[in-house]
Amino acid sequence: MKFRIYRYNPDVDAAPYMQEYALEAEAGDMMLLDALLLIKQQDDSLSLRRSCREGVCGSDAMNINGRNGLACITPLSSLKQPIELRPLPGLPVIRDLIVDMTQFFKQYHSIKPFLINNDPPPETERLQSPEQRAHLNGLYECILCGCCTTACPSFWWNSDKFVGPAGLLQAYRFIADTRDQATAERLDNLEDPYRLFRCHTVMNCVDVCPKELNPTEAIGKIKDLMTRRMV
Amino acid sequence: MVDRVVTGAHYGLRDWLIQRISAMLMALCSVALVVYLLLQPRLDYDVWTGLFSSQVIRALSLMFMISLFYHAWIGVRDVVMDYVKPAGARLVCHVLVILALLFYAIWSVQILWGF
Repeated sequence: MKFRIYRYNPDVDAAPYMQEYALEAEAGDMMLLDALLLIKQQDDSLSLRRSCREGVCGSDAMNINGRNGLACITPLSSLKQPIELRPLPGLPVIRDLIVDMTQFFKQYHSIKPFLINNDPPPETERLQSPEQRAHLNGLYECILCGCCTTACPSFWWNSDKFVGPAGLLQAYRFIADTRDQATAERLDNLEDPYRLFRCHTVMNCVDVCPKELNPTEAIGKIKDLMTRRMV
Repeated sequence: MVDRVVTGAHYGLRDWLIQRISAMLMALCSVALVVYLLLQPRLDYDVWTGLFSSQVIRALSLMFMISLFYHAWIGVRDVVMDYVKPAGARLVCHVLVILALLFYAIWSVQILWGF
């Protein structure tokens, strides 16, 4: 199996370059992350993030043959060779496949990703009916891997001002939550030509999401709520 | 330059909505015009002048043009916001686009009612 992997160590390299690797192993039912760990045994200077190795932590997001995805849940047999691996686009590279996610998480924090409820806490939980809880399906599953946001051209152009698909999906997750009392403030916070309306429904986010979520639909629902509020 | 506070600027929704509504208006008008032209047994100068001598058609055409110019303003403004970062250059671009679109709007009125 042949690989071409983006290498860049800012302390040593003047510019990024692509390095070729070959593995003797059969693809079989291996995932891409398994192969990367074998490559790392050959060359331990190759840097990447990984943790849970089962698509839950979201740390091994990378650009695989031109498409963002999680290495740990991408079957090797599904990839055309040479397998070209690059860091997530649109974010500063720290080293090799590791990117600086600061801007991504700044945008995520800007939507206040926590339940806002000023009522005194009840003795047990704040309850929801099964129907109310069902509204959160397709929203709460996001693992913040950054595949969608770094596939979005609007985020590439305006990462300091556009919240991005992951942040907006999470914004809608709290807007849709019946226990949250800050819907109006949340909509105010997003009513902005950059923060929300840089989304031009390119739908790269839907295309790449490894959890098969639909940020574009969530963004549409935010716009729908804003429109209903205005007219 | 002062950094933008991370909160909404409280505009953008109206523009987004107008862009959608103007697009639907233009699509409807375009389909109607194509259907009308396809239904004509022959298409010559008399048919065209006959069509545009109607005040209703002129008014609808002006509505189409105004939709087009407003739609274009929002679209071009968004492109300028993405690519022209210095505030002065961006303001100049915005003013030039507005002036051009206003000029086209006045020109459209002259074309529709000027003969």
